[in-house]
Amino acid sequence: MIKSLVAVFLAAILTENYVLSKFLGICPFLGVSKKLNTAVGMSTAVTFVMVLATAVTWPIYKYILEPNGLTYLETIVFILIIAALVQLVEIVLRKFVPSLYQALGIYLPLITTNCAVLGVTMLVIQKGETYASFGYVHALVNALGSGLGFMLAMVLFAGVRSRLESCDIPKSLRGLPITLIAASLVAVSFLGFSGLVDGLLPGALF
Amino acid sequence: MDGIILAVLLVGGIGLIAGVGLAIASIVMAVPRDEKADAIEELLPGANCGACGFSGCAGYAAALAKGEAKPGLCSPGGKEVADRVAALLGVSGGDVEYKTALVHCMGSYDNTTDKMIYKGQKSCAAAAQLFGGVGSCPYGCMGLGDCAAVCEYNAITVCNGVACIDPAKCRGCSKCVAACPKHLISFVPMKPQAVVRCSNCDKGGETRKVCKTGCIGCMRCAKACEQGAVTVTNFLAKVDPAKCTNCGKCREVCPQGCITLFEGIKKQ
Repeated sequence: MIKSLVAVFLAAILTENYVLSKFLGICPFLGVSKKLNTAVGMSTAVTFVMVLATAVTWPIYKYILEPNGLTYLETIVFILIIAALVQLVEIVLRKFVPSLYQALGIYLPLITTNCAVLGVTMLVIQKGETYASFGYVHALVNALGSGLGFMLAMVLFAGVRSRLESCDIPKSLRGLPITLIAASLVAVSFLGFSGLVDGLLPGALF
Repeated sequence: MDGIILAVLLVGGIGLIAGVGLAIASIVMAVPRDEKADAIEELLPGANCGACGFSGCAGYAAALAKGEAKPGLCSPGGKEVADRVAALLGVSGGDVEYKTALVHCMGSYDNTTDKMIYKGQKSCAAAAQLFGGVGSCPYGCMGLGDCAAVCEYNAITVCNGVACIDPAKCRGCSKCVAACPKHLISFVPMKPQAVVRCSNCDKGGETRKVCKTGCIGCMRCAKACEQGAVTVTNFLAKVDPAKCTNCGKCREVCPQGCITLFEGIKKQ
């Protein structure tokens, strides 16, 4: 059990990195990665919402949608729940961490429609159907790992971008173009992790 | 038919629960907004420069609304903003203490030399990474204009290898202070006073080798000053603007001529 949880956790961070391997959540990845502290703040919020959303959507899918044959409602119900959760996080942040609330600015409401969050909640359901032993705990660990993977990508890329700031970049590549090129190179480097946890992952372990 | 009704009920029910939950949460965790502070923040320039000593315009507005700060601390806003804020608060405007940024270096091409032929990127931050910068004085202005690039008011020009700040155009936003990798720029109040235009902390002999007008830390100015406004630490003289009466004695005795008169200008 522990071994499979570790495998799920590592896989979510490294081999199935949502930004750099699955290319979900690119908007905040490019938008908020300019400064390290906002990058960390944003990914903390995303991680929190991912875990919370998975914690709520998994039981709803398993105990309400599936028994009633309403699995086709998955997308709309999940979006509804995620939107409500993000609003809740926003209210809580504004009350208790106003500095983070201000730093995140427009990006916090944008988590509502962040495909990485929706992706996590839907992909863990898919995994749960593929592997019989992939349960609620696995789903939560997977969501946490995905969030931390998102944070890893953001922090790494914030470092790359701060280096880019003081580089002499050809005029035609300045701004977003060089950022996208740098992002692709970071993504290529993450390809090196593929296969790292393959031996641990198959259904036999769960 | 049942499926459709169930689906509608389910999605509607979840939406209702979420909506009611959010409504309760927003009431329970409502953040009381200070309307006065909001109104003041509207008046402030919104540069978030921190020249007032608070964390941005929002912080200054909150302090003003509570009565913990005086109007007139906002240097970029100047007299106009101070008057409007004072009118809103119902107090007298008072004087605006204008400040201007000043480059503490006189290392022009006449006074000092470059130690290398620099052909890299035209940025002080980049050049400073390379053997401590372009100039032979490790503390001096490199004249590549990072400060001029960040100045929104075009107050800074680089002339003869040193950045010069026009006090008439400077709004005191402090962006150049942060941009200078050599930390040569600081704020001085807008009044006639003596200022040390050097930042070299090396011993006198070392300083003399690299610059004709560098402060050698000879202490003559400190001894000449009757107000005790001049202090010398790390072979570098410093004038306290609060104590300086602009008597001119330190300027007379300075053998290097690095203490100069700063006249300031009257801003309205």
